[in-house]
Amino acid sequence: MFGFLWIVIALPFAGFLALAIFGGRIKKSAVAQVGVGATALSALWALCIGTRFLISPPAGYEYTQVLWSWVPVAPLMSVFSFRLDGLSLIMILVILIVASLILLYSSESMAHEEGYARFFAYMNLFVGCMLVLVLANDLLVLYLGWEGVGLCSYLLIGFHYKDPASIRASKKAFIVTRIGDVAFMIGLFLIVKNLGTLQVFGALQKASLLWPVGSPFPCAVSLLLLTGAIGKSAQVPLQVWLPDAMAGPTPVSALIHAATMVIAGVYLIARMHGLFLLSPAVMGMTACIGAATLLAAGCAALMQRDIKRVLAYSTISQIGYMFLALGVGAFSAAIFHFLVHAFFKSLLFLAAGVVIQSCNEEHDIFKMGGLRQTLPWAFWTFLIGSCSLSALPLVSAGFYSKDLIIFSVWSSTMGNGWLWLCAEAGALLTAVYSFRVVFIVFFGARRLISLKKTGLRTNLPLAILSFFALGAGFILLSVPQAVTGSFFSNILNAVFPAPALKNVAPGVSTLLHLISPAASIGGIIIAWVLFLKKPRIVQDLAQNPAGKILHTFFLEGLWFDRLYAFLFVRPFVWATGYMRRDPLVFYVKAIARSAESLHKALSLTQTGNVRWYAAGIALGAVIIMAIGVLL
Amino acid sequence: MTNIPMDAALVCASLLFVTGLAGVLARRNIIVVLLSIEIMLNAAGLAFIAAGSRWARPDGQIMFLFILAAAAAEGAVGLALVLRQNHSAKTIDIDAAGSMKG
Amino acid sequence: MTYEDSRPETMTILFYIGAVLAVISTVAAVTRLRIVHAVLWLNASFLSAALVFYSLGSPFAAMLEIMTYAGAVMVLFTFAIMLVGPGPDAALQERQWQPWPSWIGPSATGILLLAGFIFAIIKGVPGKTAGTSVGPVAVGASLFSTYLLGVELASALLLAALIGAFYIGRRNDSSDEKGDMQ
Repeated sequence: MFGFLWIVIALPFAGFLALAIFGGRIKKSAVAQVGVGATALSALWALCIGTRFLISPPAGYEYTQVLWSWVPVAPLMSVFSFRLDGLSLIMILVILIVASLILLYSSESMAHEEGYARFFAYMNLFVGCMLVLVLANDLLVLYLGWEGVGLCSYLLIGFHYKDPASIRASKKAFIVTRIGDVAFMIGLFLIVKNLGTLQVFGALQKASLLWPVGSPFPCAVSLLLLTGAIGKSAQVPLQVWLPDAMAGPTPVSALIHAATMVIAGVYLIARMHGLFLLSPAVMGMTACIGAATLLAAGCAALMQRDIKRVLAYSTISQIGYMFLALGVGAFSAAIFHFLVHAFFKSLLFLAAGVVIQSCNEEHDIFKMGGLRQTLPWAFWTFLIGSCSLSALPLVSAGFYSKDLIIFSVWSSTMGNGWLWLCAEAGALLTAVYSFRVVFIVFFGARRLISLKKTGLRTNLPLAILSFFALGAGFILLSVPQAVTGSFFSNILNAVFPAPALKNVAPGVSTLLHLISPAASIGGIIIAWVLFLKKPRIVQDLAQNPAGKILHTFFLEGLWFDRLYAFLFVRPFVWATGYMRRDPLVFYVKAIARSAESLHKALSLTQTGNVRWYAAGIALGAVIIMAIGVLL
Repeated sequence: MTNIPMDAALVCASLLFVTGLAGVLARRNIIVVLLSIEIMLNAAGLAFIAAGSRWARPDGQIMFLFILAAAAAEGAVGLALVLRQNHSAKTIDIDAAGSMKG
Repeated sequence: MTYEDSRPETMTILFYIGAVLAVISTVAAVTRLRIVHAVLWLNASFLSAALVFYSLGSPFAAMLEIMTYAGAVMVLFTFAIMLVGPGPDAALQERQWQPWPSWIGPSATGILLLAGFIFAIIKGVPGKTAGTSVGPVAVGASLFSTYLLGVELASALLLAALIGAFYIGRRNDSSDEKGDMQ
């Protein structure tokens, strides 16, 4: 059964090839069937394998399938092999389920676009590369998937290639993530050089034997891998590409920039946790980056006007939570949050897509209003997503995952009170900004005419995702030892070591468990007051000059774009403008010019005067005589 | 046995040669320039004669004969050119033949 | 009395007389303003050179010098002068063409070259002449055995010069408008 693991990956690639070759020639309905079907079949197959894994797990809760030898060069004997364990099983299930639902949604929402087949081809290629990334047993194969998803992200953000904003956004995304990719590659070089293998578990075992905790090598390698993760997952300081990437179509934002590609960094750190645990400094850095990002992105999300940009900053912020969890050693909590986040974030994006399309491609939330009545389906699904995002207590899955993270931050030996405070403040902010959007878009006075009848292909995915957004918590956490019982406790914990925990007194523990729900409910109430009941408060704050500056600061993404433009873009553009005049050709032309001047000088000797020539001959004779005589 | 020092003969040849050279460089009348060239050729011939008499061989005189032939040929052609120029430019100033300037 | 039988001093004195005369008359020839005077002085120089040749033991060369150089070449020059025809104001014209500063450069060049020559001559080991005369018989024998090819080439050269002078010097009125030496 597990021997057919490769089918899971092969199906999306087959879909890509079929659509790439024949996509232009077959009908749109056939394109949709192939495009959605390839991923959906792969999802079904993954479910079968997953069920088999849970019911009768293989020895050690892991299974490795070797396909072929890839780079048989000593010492780097890289083989194309896949590994199925708790972590990768969760990843492929989430990726495939979410991808199938999003592709089903987009078969209707992208129906009027030209390049329909191209869209599905790229999406299938993306799913295939993402699966390669998460199933890879060898770091070189992982890097292959890493680069593949980067490429697909570039292709899909720039899907509307005639729109200059899309092109700029896709280039920006690619270039910024490239910085991380280079660091990643250098990290791989260090691993090969010092550990002699890129096979994940071989490398981790050797590392734990060879390198003591806190020594420079694991710190350097983990730092480089962390940089790669930051680039791909859009954390501070490389987060500038994700808000602009919203120029792509909404399903692309949902799949790539909410649910799957941006968590590749999280997956990388989780997979290489052995290496990270050897360098506590880098773990601390990860946690700090996570905390800083979640706060900064949360503040930025609070000021945005474009509905998709709010969701983009929200993604950055939630991934900050995952990084925070990874940084304090709560790997399982990070993966759990990833799982829940995939569902509710893609739900939010798809619902936002419905809203945008029905408002005639309007993105500005202040131009919308009161859409509760006209778009009920979109309203309820968006509300469910926002509840999950704000971690509404007990009801939504987001509560369980976020609470787990926040508690781990307090109780882990690698966490401290400041990080906990950041996490709690972030939870409050999350609730405020997500319900800000809900209240402004769906409540209040009607400003726009919206007409869209959404079909089954749109509503079904929304429904399924809503179910998961609410229920995923129960299924996986709150029902211990039940039907699926030992999933998280055994199978995932077989992958990760449990985090070292401080001793927390029960009273403190209860208090902490009460603060998180208070934060989320408090945030919702604050949002209700500020944006629905008394909008005057916000308007007065906006008139204040300090308020204006703060608003612009957060609106423009904490001015990171300006900083980078000043530090890197402007000098580079200046240099290219200077080189456009070909200054180096000056030196080549100098040869030609000196030849010309020599010619002009020598032609002065061509006077035409016969006696002058005779004198030249005579002088030459004198000189030669002199040389002959003197030497 | 007459033994004339070779230095003297060669110095004499040098003096004649240099005089001819000065004439070529200084005079503007073409015919005088050609005349000076003849002087230089004669000086070279004198050097050859001196060399031949040093070793008592006829080779020096033979070289002188060849030089003579060359000088005669060159003088003939040169004077024909002078006539040409005089016919067209109406002058025998050598500086007037400067159309190859540049 | 043959060359070998004469007293050594005779030829030496003749040599020095001839050399000095040659140098003086050459300098005079180069500096004369009237062309005909220059030709005459040059003739004198050639005759002196012939004396020098004889004193060095080369009678054949001496005769050649007189017959060919002083005889034929200078007559050729005289014909050319007649055809070109310096007018009555030729001397004045020459004076205009030859201000005395025009002699500075050429003289300097000449003196430099002369210095080089003399330095080379003194540094070399020239020795003395052998004291025998090489007569026409020896020259002729060498000419037509060792240097036969040279003779043929010289005759070809003279033929070429003949034809060339003939062609260049021809007077054809049809190309007069085109004028100069093309």
